[in-house]
Amino acid sequence: MGDLIVLGISCIFVNNILLAQYLGNCPFMGTSKKMETAVGMAFAVVFVLVMAGLITWVVNTYVLVKYGLGFLRTIAFILVIASLVQFVEMFLKKSIPALYAGLGIFLPLITTNCAVMGVCLINVNEEYTFIETAVSSLTYAIGFGLALILFAGVREKILLGRVPKPLQDTSIGLVTAGLISLAFFAFKGMV
Amino acid sequence: MLEAILFMLGLGVSCGSVLSIASKVFYVYEDPRIAEVESYLAGANCGGCGYAGCSAAAVAVVKGEAPPNVCIVAGADAAANIAAVMGVEVGTAEPLTSRNTCRGGDRADDKFYYMGINSCRALSAFYEGKRICSIGCLGLGDCIRACAFDALKMSDQGYPVVDEEKCVGCGACLKVCPKNILEIKTMSERLLKLNEADDALAPCQQTCPAEIDIPKYIRQIRDGNYEGAVNTIRERNPLLLSCGRVCPHPCENYCRRGIEDEPVSINQLKRFVADYEMNSGKRLPISCAPDTGKKVAVIGGGPAGLSCAYFLRRVGHAVTIFDDNPKLGGMIRYGIPEYRLPKKVLEWEIDGILKTGIVAKTNFKLGVDFTIGSLISSGFDAVFLGIGAWKDYTLRVEGENLEGCYTGINFLTRFAKWQQGDSDDEMPIGNRCVVIGGGNTAIDCVRTLIRLGAQEVNLVYRRTRAEMPANEVEIVAAEHEGVKFTFLAAPTKVVGDENGHCKQLEYLKMELGEPDASGRRRPVPIEGSETLLDCDMLITAIGQGPEISFKENDTERIKNLGITRWNTIDQVNPITLQTNIPYIFTAGDSATGASLVVEAIGGGRRAARSIHQYLSGEEVKAPEKALFKKHIKESIFESVPGIVQEKRAEMPELPVQERITCFDETDLVLEEKEALRESMRCLQCCRLCYNKDDKAA
Repeated sequence: MGDLIVLGISCIFVNNILLAQYLGNCPFMGTSKKMETAVGMAFAVVFVLVMAGLITWVVNTYVLVKYGLGFLRTIAFILVIASLVQFVEMFLKKSIPALYAGLGIFLPLITTNCAVMGVCLINVNEEYTFIETAVSSLTYAIGFGLALILFAGVREKILLGRVPKPLQDTSIGLVTAGLISLAFFAFKGMV
Repeated sequence: MLEAILFMLGLGVSCGSVLSIASKVFYVYEDPRIAEVESYLAGANCGGCGYAGCSAAAVAVVKGEAPPNVCIVAGADAAANIAAVMGVEVGTAEPLTSRNTCRGGDRADDKFYYMGINSCRALSAFYEGKRICSIGCLGLGDCIRACAFDALKMSDQGYPVVDEEKCVGCGACLKVCPKNILEIKTMSERLLKLNEADDALAPCQQTCPAEIDIPKYIRQIRDGNYEGAVNTIRERNPLLLSCGRVCPHPCENYCRRGIEDEPVSINQLKRFVADYEMNSGKRLPISCAPDTGKKVAVIGGGPAGLSCAYFLRRVGHAVTIFDDNPKLGGMIRYGIPEYRLPKKVLEWEIDGILKTGIVAKTNFKLGVDFTIGSLISSGFDAVFLGIGAWKDYTLRVEGENLEGCYTGINFLTRFAKWQQGDSDDEMPIGNRCVVIGGGNTAIDCVRTLIRLGAQEVNLVYRRTRAEMPANEVEIVAAEHEGVKFTFLAAPTKVVGDENGHCKQLEYLKMELGEPDASGRRRPVPIEGSETLLDCDMLITAIGQGPEISFKENDTERIKNLGITRWNTIDQVNPITLQTNIPYIFTAGDSATGASLVVEAIGGGRRAARSIHQYLSGEEVKAPEKALFKKHIKESIFESVPGIVQEKRAEMPELPVQERITCFDETDLVLEEKEALRESMRCLQCCRLCYNKDDKAA
C-alpha cells in the first residue's frame, strides 16, 4: 500500500508527465490558453489514460510478452489506443450524452496525445503489475491535469502584460513552461 | 516473422471489427442538416453567437433554438443559405455592434502617472487605474489588441473608436476591457436602455426626461452629420419636431456651460436637425427588429402613446393605437396651439411614426366603443394606457357655469378642432377676455385669444410672476403680445348679466405668506379686498387631471385598476410603469398628472421597455442602478474652469405685430451657420471631463 502511495506521488510530482518527462507538449500548449478548456482536457485525459493504461497492459502481458513479440509494442499500442479512443467516443455519444457533451471535442485530440502513449510504454518498461499500472496511469493523468491547469492560470495572467512581439503566444508559453518545470524539479528529492 | 504478421493482422482485424460493431451498436442518428448548416458557418469558433463553437451553433440551428442568422461573422449570404437548408425565412438580422461609451480619453484628468504599465487590465489593478473618473477609458488599448477583426482604432483623443463596418459584435473587446466602457448591444437593446448610475452621462443627458444622448447629437451636428444627429435623437425620442418646438428643455438648466455662461441652446439644435430632415424632403429610414408575433394595444395617441407604440414597433411587436379623437397627437395636437406647433409639422411627424408599421384606429373611445377587457379577449398581449389628462379642474365658485365661461383644455381643444376643420363648432370670442391660471395652458389660452382678435386679454393668477409654472419664454412672449397680467388675485365669484352671460369676475387680492410644501410662497387673501374685473369671456385654466370613468364599463378585473388620489393611474413602480394589473402599463399625463411632453415621451419608452420584458417572459423590473431623474453627484459642478463667454444663439421669431394677427408659427428655426456656431459652444461633457474652450487654455 505504502509503495503505491509513493508511486502515485512520484507520478504526480516528481516524474510529472508534462513538466519532468516533457511528453504531451501539443495539448500542453494548445489547450492551456483558457482555464475552461484546460479543465475539460484534464478530465478527458484522466478518463482515457486509465483505460488505455489498463488495456495496453493486458495486451502486452497476455499477447506480446507471451508470444515474444515485444518489438511490435509501439505499433500495437498506437493501434489499440486509437481504437480505444474511437470506441469510447462512440460509446459516450450513445450512452452518456451529458459526459460526451463535456469531453466531446477533447477525445479525438487525445488520439494524438503522446503522453498517453508514453505512460503506457513507461508502465510496461517498469514492469508494473496490473494494480501498479492502474495507479500509475491515474496519477500520471492527475499530474497532467495539475500541470495543465496551473499553466493555464499562468497563461491567463500573461495576457495582462504586454509581451514583446517575437516572444508572443507559444514562445512565451514555452519559456513559462520551462520555468514551471524548473520549479517542479524541486520535487526531485521527495521520493 | 510469421507470428508478427499474424499478430498484426489479428490485431487489425479485431480492432476493425470491434469498431465496426461499435459503430453499428452505438450509432446515433445525426441530422444531416447539421453538417450542411455547419459548412455555411464561419468556422472561426469565436463563440460570438453564444454557443460553444460552430458545431454547437449548427446543432442549435437545426434544433430550431437559434435563428439562421446566428453566426455573427458569416454575414447575410450565409444566413440566407442556412435559411434555405432549414426551409425558413431569414429574419432581418439585428446586427450586434460594439460601442465605446467613454468620450474622455486624454482630456480626462489623471490621479497619478506611472509609466511602467502598458495594459489597461494591469493598470486597473493599480488603484482602479490612473483616471480620476471611476468609469473612464484608460486608453492603453487592450480592446484594440483583442479585436480579431481590426475594427477598433485608438483615436487622437485617446479613446478607442469602433469601425462599425468591420465590427461583428463578437465581444472580444468587451471581455478584455476592465472598465466596461465598450458595450455590445443590438439596436433593440440600445433603444430600451435606461440611464444608469455607472454610465458615462453628461449632466444634460441625466436631466432629459427622455434621456437623449445630447452631447452625441451636438457632436454630429458639429461634424455636419445632420442625419446621424436625427438618428441619435430618434433612439430616444420619436417626436423631435414637436419637442424641438415645445420642449421647455430642462436639460439646459443643467448645462455645464450655463454655470459660467449662457447654456447651450440644446433644444434649438434639436429643432434645427429635425427641421433639416423634414425640409430635405426624404425621411430617414427607421429600422425595426424582426416581428415577434406579439400584439400590443396602445390606448391614447398622444405623446406617451406614440412614443410607446414607436419603441414597441421598433423592437418588433405589432402595435395598434386607439384614440377617441379624429386624429392622432393627443394634447400636442389639440392642446398646443397652431402658432407653437403647426399641424402640418405634427402631421409629418406622426406619419413617419406610423410608417414603421403601426396601425391607428381613431374615433375609438375607451369605455364606449371598446373596453380593456374586450382588447384582451380579442388577442392583445398587453395594453398601454396613455389617456392623458383632459379633464379641467374647476374653480368651484359661484357662476362659473354662466354663458361665456370656458375651461382651458376644453377651449383649446374645441378651437383646435374647429381650426383644423374636424368640427364646425365655432366659439364666439369675447372682447374683454379673462384667463385664470398661471400654467402653460393658461398662456396658450391668452395667446390664442390675442390672435383671435380679442381687444383685451387679462391673465389672472393668484401668486406672482415668479411663481408661475408656465415656461419663462412663453410668459415673455405673452407679455410682448400685449397680454395684461393680474397677479395675486384669487377669483371668488363670476357675476352674470340679466341674460345669464358672464359680465364681471370678482376676485380677492392676495399677499404672499409662508412657503408651502411645493416651496412656493403661499398666497393669503387680504380681507375685504374684493375687486371686480370686467369680462365677457372667462377661461379657467387651473390644471387638469385624467378622466378615468372608462373603468366603470369594463370587466371586474379592470375595475380593480389602481387609481391614486389625484385620479391618476397608479403605477406600482414609476420606472417600470406597470400597474397592479400585470398586462396594463401606463405613462404620460394619465400616470403623472399634467406634465411635460418630453416627460410623456420618456415614460412611453420606459413603458415600452417593461412591456417588452413582459412579452418576452422576463421579470418586469427596473435596472438595479437606474438613475431615473436623479443626478450623478460627482458630475454636478459648482464652477467650470476654462470657459470663454460667448452669446448663445438667439431664437429668431416673427415680429410681434405680424404674429398677433395670425396663427403662423411664432418661433423660427436657426440658420445653419448659427446652428453650427451654437454646436461649437457645447463642451461635449461626460461624467467628469469636458472640452475646455480652445481659446481659454
